[in-house]
Amino acid sequence: MRLTCPFCGPRDVAEFVYEGPFSGAPQTERPALSAAPAAWVEAVFLRDQPRGETRELWRHLHGCGCFLDVLRDTLTHEVRAVAFADPADAAAMRAKP
Amino acid sequence: MSGFRLRGHAAPLVPFTWQGRAMLGAQGDTLAAALLANGVRTVGRSFKHHRPRGIMAAGEEEAGALVTLGEGARTTPNLKPSVVELEAGLVARAQNCWPSLRFDLGAVNDRLSPLFAAGFYYKTFMGPFADTRIWMACERLIRRAAGMGAASPLPDPDLYDRVHGHCDVLVAGSGPAGLAAAREAADAGLDVVVAEADFALGGDRLSDRDPQELAAALAELDALPNVRLMARTMVFGLYDHGVAGLVERLPAGAPWRERLHVMHARKVVAATGALQRGFVFGDNDRPGVMSAAAARTYVRRFGVAPAREVVVAGAEDSAYAASIALAQAGLDVIHLDAREAAPPALAERARAAGVDLRPGWVPVRTQGHALGGELRGLSVGRHLGDGRARAETRLPAEILAVSGGWSPSIHLTTQARQKPAWSAELGCFLPGEGEVLSCGAAAGVWSREGAETSGRAAGRLAAIALKATRRRPLKDADPGGDEAPPAALWEVRPAGRAFHGAGKAYVDPLHDVTADDVRLARQEGFEAPEHMKRYTTLGMAPDQGKAGGVIGLAVLAVARGEGTGSLAPTTFRPPYAPVSMGIFAGPDRGPGWAPVRRTPFHAQAEAAGAVFVDAGLWKRAWFFPRPGEDLTAASMREAAMVRATVGVADVSTLGKVEVQGRDAAAFLDRIFANPMANLPVGRARYGLLLREDGIVLDDGTVWRLAGDRFLVTCTTAHAATTAEHLARWRFRWPELDATVDETTEAWCGLALAGPRSRAVLEALTGADVSDAALPHLGVREIEATGAPARVARLSFSGERAYEVMVRPEAAAALWQAALAAAGAEGGGPYGLEALDILRVEKGHVTGREIDGRVTPGDLGMPGMASRAKDYVGRALMEREGLLDPARPVLIGLRPVEPGAKVAGGALLHPLGAETGRGIGHVSSVADSPALGMRIALGFAAGGPARWDGKLLMAKDPISGRDVKMRAGPPCFLDPWGERLHG
Amino acid sequence: MRPYSALDVLWNGLTGQRGWTRAWRDRAPRPAYDVVIVGGGGHGLATAYYLARNHGLRRVAVLERGLIGQGNAGRNTTIVRSNYMLPGNREFYEHTLKLWEGLSQELNYNLMFSQRGHLALSFDPGFRDAFARRYNTMRMTGADGRWLSRSEVQARAPYLDWSQSARFPIEGGFLQQRAGTARHDALVWGFARAADARGVHIVQNCEVTGFLREGGAIVGVETSRGEIRAEKVALAVAGSTGPLAAKAGLGKLPLETHKLQAFVTEPLKPIVHQVISSARQGLFYMSQSDKGGVVFGGEIDGHPSYAQRGGLETYSEVMSKAVSLAPFLARTRLLRQWAGVVDMSMDGSPFITPTPIPGLYFNAGWNYGGFKATPASGWCYAHTIAHDAPHELNAAFSLDRFARGRELDEEAAGPVPRLH
Repeated sequence: MRLTCPFCGPRDVAEFVYEGPFSGAPQTERPALSAAPAAWVEAVFLRDQPRGETRELWRHLHGCGCFLDVLRDTLTHEVRAVAFADPADAAAMRAKP
Repeated sequence: MSGFRLRGHAAPLVPFTWQGRAMLGAQGDTLAAALLANGVRTVGRSFKHHRPRGIMAAGEEEAGALVTLGEGARTTPNLKPSVVELEAGLVARAQNCWPSLRFDLGAVNDRLSPLFAAGFYYKTFMGPFADTRIWMACERLIRRAAGMGAASPLPDPDLYDRVHGHCDVLVAGSGPAGLAAAREAADAGLDVVVAEADFALGGDRLSDRDPQELAAALAELDALPNVRLMARTMVFGLYDHGVAGLVERLPAGAPWRERLHVMHARKVVAATGALQRGFVFGDNDRPGVMSAAAARTYVRRFGVAPAREVVVAGAEDSAYAASIALAQAGLDVIHLDAREAAPPALAERARAAGVDLRPGWVPVRTQGHALGGELRGLSVGRHLGDGRARAETRLPAEILAVSGGWSPSIHLTTQARQKPAWSAELGCFLPGEGEVLSCGAAAGVWSREGAETSGRAAGRLAAIALKATRRRPLKDADPGGDEAPPAALWEVRPAGRAFHGAGKAYVDPLHDVTADDVRLARQEGFEAPEHMKRYTTLGMAPDQGKAGGVIGLAVLAVARGEGTGSLAPTTFRPPYAPVSMGIFAGPDRGPGWAPVRRTPFHAQAEAAGAVFVDAGLWKRAWFFPRPGEDLTAASMREAAMVRATVGVADVSTLGKVEVQGRDAAAFLDRIFANPMANLPVGRARYGLLLREDGIVLDDGTVWRLAGDRFLVTCTTAHAATTAEHLARWRFRWPELDATVDETTEAWCGLALAGPRSRAVLEALTGADVSDAALPHLGVREIEATGAPARVARLSFSGERAYEVMVRPEAAAALWQAALAAAGAEGGGPYGLEALDILRVEKGHVTGREIDGRVTPGDLGMPGMASRAKDYVGRALMEREGLLDPARPVLIGLRPVEPGAKVAGGALLHPLGAETGRGIGHVSSVADSPALGMRIALGFAAGGPARWDGKLLMAKDPISGRDVKMRAGPPCFLDPWGERLHG
Repeated sequence: MRPYSALDVLWNGLTGQRGWTRAWRDRAPRPAYDVVIVGGGGHGLATAYYLARNHGLRRVAVLERGLIGQGNAGRNTTIVRSNYMLPGNREFYEHTLKLWEGLSQELNYNLMFSQRGHLALSFDPGFRDAFARRYNTMRMTGADGRWLSRSEVQARAPYLDWSQSARFPIEGGFLQQRAGTARHDALVWGFARAADARGVHIVQNCEVTGFLREGGAIVGVETSRGEIRAEKVALAVAGSTGPLAAKAGLGKLPLETHKLQAFVTEPLKPIVHQVISSARQGLFYMSQSDKGGVVFGGEIDGHPSYAQRGGLETYSEVMSKAVSLAPFLARTRLLRQWAGVVDMSMDGSPFITPTPIPGLYFNAGWNYGGFKATPASGWCYAHTIAHDAPHELNAAFSLDRFARGRELDEEAAGPVPRLH
């Protein structure tokens, strides 16, 4: 299996780490630190069970270290899209000459 | 007479050894070809019934006999002689027979085989007792009997290579279709790899009468710069995203034995050909029974006649190609065609070649020699339809060449999840359509011209898919192409009988599965193909069902009364054929299993006599023994030295993360359980980090180097996870201006510990490091031995101590200077073990205590969990289970008898209640020079508050030593920290 | 059910195997049952058997989407052991091991449970002490377990890497002698046959597509073969837990669905006598089957998947460990690889529990270890269903343990499924 890192290009999946489901916005990944335990239980321990297309957070840990927004199918392993999960990384990439 | 070399086959001779006998084969032979040419008929004994078996095929579908190659540590068992390339000096022997191939005691199993029907072992060997005794006694004998070949338990001395490769088009197979596809794709300018499992390229063209044509075609292709022809290279599996696994056998003398190619192919063309299958009849497994296609291959490609007297028994057209080739080679050929009417054109050609053609006849049962069992003749009968026949007459034969039909090798497309479909017309599964293109016999196209057409069409489609051409698709060839349709013949059974009975009729010879076994499975309710296969073990042998898989399905379908109009496809799992495990490991094996991490001080520590210990991937200096010292003696001396004068320890493996930015302080305040925002510049602070679930992740120190610049150090064991933790939270808090960079290997460091440590630091820095200039928990960026250094006054040992970090290039100078200065003060180096003793004496925790199960409260540090701010882990730390007052809390333990030696992992019990799991456990022990006894840290429900001064029994059934210990607070030495500041 | 015996095998051998009848019946579903178990794997069938045997329930059906025993029951590496430490796990797995020891006789089906021992290799003092705690706990709670020195391990497993150049030298190991391996298909078929004999209906090719509800309760299932009513509906569908639980209305679950690969070599004469496991550079475990294949595996592929299809990169991970620990294996040839879909729970421990939805029961989250648990899982699940409350042995396997801070994190790895 391969993933195409928007910074490094296509790489073997062994370079990446699956972090978990991704909401689409880094700041909504977890409740506020001050939130009640119940909200934290849900965020940390409970998962939807996507059979088919799902949005995930990966990290190119053994590469550029970027967090990646991955659209993937859990039935076919097809990877539909890989983008920077961190808007700052995307902006930095755009700013590159 | 048995096999011999045909005249006119001119190839250099190759000496080899079979069963201890020196033999000669010809260059270009397989081992099977060479054995046949030498008149060898019986090659091994079968798995369960120990029946004599010979060569049955000329490829991976070989189901006759497996052999063992090589000797000693290079012993390689279970090889198919039909695919082993003959090399000079090759040593091969038969397997699964004792005392000899000819007189095998295990053959008694053949007599007993009526008892060994499918699944019999599920019904017996249990015994009357409700335990496993009887079974295990029986199993000892069963294990001894099972297992096919014997591997050497010695380490494999050979090396394996692993490489990644890329290509536009990967063509699996170099037969007519594969070469045509490669040519077409190459003409479109694509980068093409042709992988051929055989040692010779050409596939079926290797059996052409004129070899020059093939040689010319190959030379032409090879001359193209964008084509790579790889012989001895099998595509064994297709994986997600165009990843193909290829295994290449390298020639003798190469540095590696085999090589794994992880090939990233944009397009894959399966030109993998088809395997001929037989059909089932009585005693269809004798040495001498082989596939018709194999007989033709031995004659044509290898110039070997498997015998003089041949009966060809076919149910389809391609059997004629075999009988014609054999007859043309001068052999006596009787051809039984199971079909009522022979295809006229082929029949005419066969008769013209001298074949004695008998349409409408089938073999019913074979006869063999009394002793060895090799084929000597067969009973034949008129085919009454549906496989029914009555033995009517006998024919003499040394070779019975059988052809029941063809099975396209659809493994690769099936692995790519292209579901195959059964073609009743062709009597085979055809590959499913999809990303992977199939052509030639792999797509059920039987004729040579058809295969080439189909190959070109696939090559063109690949070029179109990769946008390498604007040309239109070529017209593909239709599957089939025979003159007359095949007879749907799976099994010849004596008319009027439900089972074969005495004459065993094998579906899967390698696993000794018979057609009767298949029927028995159905009778017992294992009527679905998947259940039948599991119950009978059909298809699980080293050929993975290549010989008998489809026949087994058909026999089952017939038994279920469903006919074979539609068979459910089976699953094929990688690898296509067995591959050495070494290729997957490649260089990551033995000493290279995992990388070795060495600190920049490694060489100096080694020179100073260090013994190293594995700490994760690191090699850490464990202790520095003087002559005669063991671990305990050396580490106790080193620990005592630190308390008396000064010691120098390598702490480079500590994790280091730099956090910078306007909001770096706010960031760390959220990360750590204790406050960090108010840490002054130039100061360091001990801190605890929690996981999200409220459990302690790690401990460490935070150094504030500047207002917006921090260094976080963490433990060696958790360096990676803590760095990832910080990076993850930086990502989740985009509103904070902070960057996180792991710098573990960018800095290396020494700890200087002991009452004389300041003198050493002065010598290193030449700076004012007085208590005023560098108080406890002070941080300074100064120079040490002329290099920029970060210095903090931190103590793990409870003594006055400093950590000095420099860049790796400054390591050697720093070590030398530190050791010299320490030596001058009466000190020296100390290792990880002494470090551990010193911290246990002080009750400081490490990974043995921060073990992924503890809260700050469990560590006796409830105060470290701030109540005044929010931080990661706080919310979930406030769950009931983590606040339970019964949770074990860190305590110190000292033995009642000073000489008693408690061990880590002992369980703590109140005296008099020494049953069950107890109230806690011992986490760390240390032979303390300061206390003169072995002390311990541990956890006990209630902690020091409950147990201070009381006795606990440390129960340790594993070591057999129970130690009575007195509990107390975890700190054994200098509880008020006078030494730290003194 | 006519009992199997050696005499029967002999007699049938002499009379052309005519006497054997179906091991279990493939039933057409009835419109209603007392209990419907969804999932004809080992756990579902065992549950049905114990419902009939221990609780006297007669109207029990096991509904299987395809064929029984084709999911993880038929795809595992067949290791049976009880070397668990945490309260809750310890007692449960000890119970399962005890059931295993007499199960062949009880089911009158040879499960080939062979107690040749399970050897956990130790490479360093930290691991040794952590495992000493575990094995001491086992010893103090009725299980067997002992420490073997380097030379004792070498005597039992001379094929491991004992050379000076080993990257991680083996310093010893922990042996549980009562552990071992069994034949996975036999467990499925043995429970199926024994359950069928007690009147349980085994219904194959019957896919549950939805749930029947009345009020807030579940009162049956919709299937590919029509509606089936039941007082109690019990899920035992590891690998498909997520989608089915979602249909049942359980909402988010404390698990992720991953794929786990396993491997087997060509058949060899016996070399590997025990089950060998190692935690160096990630999990590794291997044993040699009675047919001679060395069966082994490592960790999950690391990302959620419902496809029984593994990646090539995992081969290298697993086989580096295999050939480094047992260097002869480099030359041994891989015969087959396969993948299973496993429920990875957030603490690495399972669920056997009633649910907040009346009439619905939940068995899931078996991670790497469902096979060995099968008998006790069925035993406890049957109790839970019959009594509408968990047995003491599975009380810890609740769904709300995360909310309460009562995780059963045997590996102490935290809420990250790939680390369990």
